[in-house]
Amino acid sequence: MADTIHVSTRKGLFTLKRSPVRRWEIADVAFLGSPLSMSLADPRDGSWYAALNLGHFGAHLHRSCDRGASWTEVAVPTFPDGATMPERMASEAETPKMKPAALSEIWALEPANTGDGTLWCGTIPGGLFRSDDAGESWRLVEGLWNREERMSWFGGGKDDPGIHSVEVDPNDPQHVLVAISCGGVWRTRDGGAKWECCSNGLRAEYMPPDQAYNPNMQDPHRMVACPSYFNFMWIQHHNGIFHSTDGSRNWEEITNVEPAVFGFTVAVHPHDPGTAWFVPGVKDEMRVPKDAKFIVTKTTDGGKTFRQISAGLPSEDAYDIVLRHALDVDSTGNLLAMGSTTGNFWVSEDSGESWQAVSTHLPPVYAVRFVEER
Amino acid sequence: MATVHFTSHLQSFVNSAPVEVAATTVGAALNSALDGKEQLRSYVMDEHGRLRRHIMVFIDGKIIDDRVNLSDSLTDTSEVYVMQALSGG
Repeated sequence: MADTIHVSTRKGLFTLKRSPVRRWEIADVAFLGSPLSMSLADPRDGSWYAALNLGHFGAHLHRSCDRGASWTEVAVPTFPDGATMPERMASEAETPKMKPAALSEIWALEPANTGDGTLWCGTIPGGLFRSDDAGESWRLVEGLWNREERMSWFGGGKDDPGIHSVEVDPNDPQHVLVAISCGGVWRTRDGGAKWECCSNGLRAEYMPPDQAYNPNMQDPHRMVACPSYFNFMWIQHHNGIFHSTDGSRNWEEITNVEPAVFGFTVAVHPHDPGTAWFVPGVKDEMRVPKDAKFIVTKTTDGGKTFRQISAGLPSEDAYDIVLRHALDVDSTGNLLAMGSTTGNFWVSEDSGESWQAVSTHLPPVYAVRFVEER
Repeated sequence: MATVHFTSHLQSFVNSAPVEVAATTVGAALNSALDGKEQLRSYVMDEHGRLRRHIMVFIDGKIIDDRVNLSDSLTDTSEVYVMQALSGG
């Protein structure tokens, strides 16, 4: 099992380690005071990446080659001169007024698996970028950016649309899926030159009825694919839970989930594609745990049934929300970790059946990722 | 020569010592002060050369009028301050 966790928070990057007596504790804090939007511990070369969203001073990316002992600022993805985006969602009748596209936030960072130092980066606004030199330089993936459908993407909770999930097929690194809030699911088979929208079956209750199944207007909050069975995928959508067993060609809506189908995050077991975890909340105006009881829901049968898990979690007066990147599972499937908007952090070492609080005093948590060696 | 000062908060992220520049507009002063300092520039401006939204620029104690073209004029002794707007908690 992994013994290190990166926790990206509003006030820094926290590194948690498991001590020899199996107790998780905060081992280090980097960038104290700065908001972190994402981290990545690249298992290929051991590099650590930290994406800062400084607000006043923009988005910045740092890399460490010595497991956090020192950090060096590298390049961020930037939009080329002339890259524009609609000021607001385009209608069919009018030509949208455009504005320059400029990096707001790094929202996804994943190994591209075509060689050491190759990375995918998803951003707000909705750009996908590629680096072949460990973040020293980036280029916009124009095959996706130039899709006409992009004019209809819009922000969900953020001012502009954003790419938050990038899933790379472990058996074919040219096969990549991204999920966009709000712009649906898109897939490339050729490493990024050509893209197709793969949102069939996703449903957006928040749209007018005739637009509810518009594949390009869906708001998947988080999408994950099972590493061992890549065709099996899960989405925690604004509108509920969706499952695909055919590599995103079709998505099935799962509605029989108590106490709620709303949430932001999902994690899938790395070897058992029918097992997934969710953290429900009351949609849509509330966004708090139902009855102030914080629970995790787990399915082990591909979404036919769900169990509510409360062992070790607060059963009353809890108003925690776990954001889209703030739940992770390690490569064994036994170890899970999650952090909440109210600074609570829990770990489970029994595949999510019970949880232990590691801290109740962290800053708001944006992203949680296990650090694993190759 | 005008002098460009950067908020001390920037110093924790990137070297941002004051710079003396010969310039007649604030835009020219910033360009000169940031010349060859692309990392510092990225904290003050976005990739299209626009002042970041929460960056405020003062000339001799007065906030600039033209944030888009940065055309406000300087004197030989102007003190330019690049500051951050306060926000958040």
